[in-house]
Amino acid sequence: MSEMTSRPDPRNEHEGLVPGEQGIGRMLSGQAAVVDSTVAAGLEIKARSQWAYARKRFIRHRLAMASLIVLTFVFGVGIFANIIAPYSYQAFDLTNILHAPTTVGHHYFGTDDIGRDYFSGCIYGIRTSLEVGVFVAFLATIFGLLVGAVAGYFGGWIDNLLMRITDLVLTLPALAILLVVAALLGQGSQWRVSFILAGFFWTGLARIVRGLFLSLREKEYVEAAKACGSGNMRIMFRHILPNTLGPIIVNGTLAVATAILTEAALSFLGFGIKATTPSLGKLVASGQANPTDWWLTVFPGLIIVTIVLCINFIGDGLRDALDPTQRRLRA
Amino acid sequence: MLTYIIRRVLYSIPVLIVSSFLSFTFVSLAGNPLGQLRIVPNISQNTLNNLSHQYHLDKPIPIRYMYWVEDVFTHKLGNSLQTLQPIWPDITRTLGHTLQVVMTAEILALILGILVGIFSATRQYSFFDYFFTSFSFLGFAMPVFWVALLLQIAFTDIYLHWHVRIFYASGLNSVPGGSAWSIDRLQHIALPVLTLMIISFALYSRFMRASMLDVLNTDYVRTARAKGLPEWRVIMGHVFRNALIPIITVAALNIGAVFGGAIITETIFTLDGIGFYFVNRLGAGDVYAVMAYLVVTSVIIVLFNLIADILYGFLDPRIRYE
Repeated sequence: MSEMTSRPDPRNEHEGLVPGEQGIGRMLSGQAAVVDSTVAAGLEIKARSQWAYARKRFIRHRLAMASLIVLTFVFGVGIFANIIAPYSYQAFDLTNILHAPTTVGHHYFGTDDIGRDYFSGCIYGIRTSLEVGVFVAFLATIFGLLVGAVAGYFGGWIDNLLMRITDLVLTLPALAILLVVAALLGQGSQWRVSFILAGFFWTGLARIVRGLFLSLREKEYVEAAKACGSGNMRIMFRHILPNTLGPIIVNGTLAVATAILTEAALSFLGFGIKATTPSLGKLVASGQANPTDWWLTVFPGLIIVTIVLCINFIGDGLRDALDPTQRRLRA
Repeated sequence: MLTYIIRRVLYSIPVLIVSSFLSFTFVSLAGNPLGQLRIVPNISQNTLNNLSHQYHLDKPIPIRYMYWVEDVFTHKLGNSLQTLQPIWPDITRTLGHTLQVVMTAEILALILGILVGIFSATRQYSFFDYFFTSFSFLGFAMPVFWVALLLQIAFTDIYLHWHVRIFYASGLNSVPGGSAWSIDRLQHIALPVLTLMIISFALYSRFMRASMLDVLNTDYVRTARAKGLPEWRVIMGHVFRNALIPIITVAALNIGAVFGGAIITETIFTLDGIGFYFVNRLGAGDVYAVMAYLVVTSVIIVLFNLIADILYGFLDPRIRYE
C-alpha cells in the first residue's frame, strides 16, 4: 500500500516540472487519500487518464479558473444578448443622443451619436466577436492541422512544398493583405470575415503540428502500428494525432483571442463586418468620431481587453495542464 | 556563414516574386484604376478603351504583372494610374516618417524592456515583478487602435480643458514641411511612438524576463557564483549577455511586424507615413500605389527576418550553419 502511494503514475512523471507547481508531494498526498478510501472499500485503484490529470492541473491553476468564470459570464451575456440587452442594437432615439452613462432608461454605457443604447450595442458586439473568434480558431485549427500533419508525416517533397507555402503566407504583410482582400470583397458577414482571417491564421499551428508529427512518426508505436498493417490515415489520426492534442488545443484557444483582436482592428478601419452587424471594433471607431464622449471609446475597448486577457490566461493554464514539458514564451 | 547568408538572400528572391504576384492578383481584382475616370461624364468609351490599352489593363493579370515588374525596375515602382504622378517620391517621403516613428518606438521599447526584464528576473515575485507582469499581460490584450484612441482622447481633452499643448493628437508638424527632429515634430510623433512602444515593451520585457530566468538556472551561472564573483558581475557579465541573444532575434522579427501594423496607428494619428498612404490609396483603388506599399513592406519584413537569422548565428556561436 505504501509502496503504491510513493510511486507516482509513470504517465505523471513530468508533473514536478510544471513551473509554479506546488510540487509533487501535494499531488501525491491527494492521491494517497484517494487510494486509502478505495482500498478501504476493497476496490482496485482506478487508473486515471491523461485527461483526468490535465483537468486536475487546470483546476488548480487559479488565474485560469478565474478567467474561465469571467469569460463564461461575458460570453454568456453575448449569447443571450436578445434577452439581456434592454434595447435592440439598431433602435435609435434622436432626442437622446450622446448621453453619458446613466441608470435612467438603462443606458448604463450611455448612448451614441444617433441615440442608440451603447450597452445593448456592446452586448451584441460580444456575440459577434465570439462568433468570429471561435469560427476562425476552428477553421484555422482544422486547416493548420491537416497541412502540418501531412507535411510532418510524409516528409520529403510534400513537406518542402507545404512549408514553403507556409513561409510565404508568413512573409505577406498580413494586415495590409487582409485590408486588400476586404476591399476586394467589400464588407461582409462575420462568417465571410472569419474565412478570410482563417486564411492567415493556420500557419502557426501548421508549423507546430508538423514538428510534432516529424518526431512522433519515428516512435515505436508508429512502427508497431505499421507492422500491424495500419494505413497512413489510421496511423496519422488514430495513433499520432491524440499525442499532439495538447499543443493544438492551446494554440486554438490563443487563436480565438488573436482573431477577436484582428477582427476588431479590421472593423475599426471600416474594412470588416458590414454596417448592420454590431461589432466591438466598429463601436470603438464611433468613439473616434466623438473624442470628447469618452464612454464611446472606453467601454467596447474594455470588453475586448477583458475577453482577450481571459483567453490568454486560460491558454496559459491549458498549456501548463496539457503540455507541461513546454515552457511558455509569449509571442 | 557567408554561404549561408548568400543562400538565404537567394532564397528570399523567389519568395518575394511569388508573394508579389499573389498581392498583385488580389490588388488588381480589388480595384479598377480607371474606375474614377468612368464617372466623368465627357469621357467616351473609346478614350477609356484606349487608356485601358495604353496601360495594359485589357490584358490578363499575369501579363499585367510582367509589365508592372518592368515598371518597378525601370521607373522606380512606376507611376500611379490615377494621378499619373511617379510613386517613388511619395514612398520615400512616407517611408521616412514611418521609419522615424517605428524605430524611435522600438529602440525605446527595447531599452526599457531589457531593463525591466533584468530587474523582474533578478527580483522574481517581488512587487516590481508582479506590476510589470500584469502590465505586459495587459499590453498583449489591448488592441493597438484602442490604446492609440485613448491617448489621443486624453491629450485632446487636456488641451481643450486646460489649453496646454503637451503632445499633438494628429499630423507631423504644425507648419507643413517642418524639420524632422524639431521639438514641434517630437510633440507630434510622441503619441504614435508611445502607442507602438507600449505594445512592443510588453513583449520585450516579458521575453527578457523569461530569457534571464532561463540563463539564471544554467550551470555556468552557478559556477560563476561559486567562484565568488560579486552578484552584479554574475548578472551583467554572465546572465545578461547570454539572455540578450533571444531578445535580439525577437526584436528583429517584431520590428518587421510593427512596421506592417503601423497602418492602424498612422491612420488614427493621421500621420503622413507609409501605412496611412496605403490606406488612402487602397480606398481610392490605386493599384500601383498599393502594390508599391506591399512590395516595400514585404522587402522590409523579409530583410528583418534575414537580420534575425544572421544575428542569431553571430551572437550565439553554438549555432552552426552547414
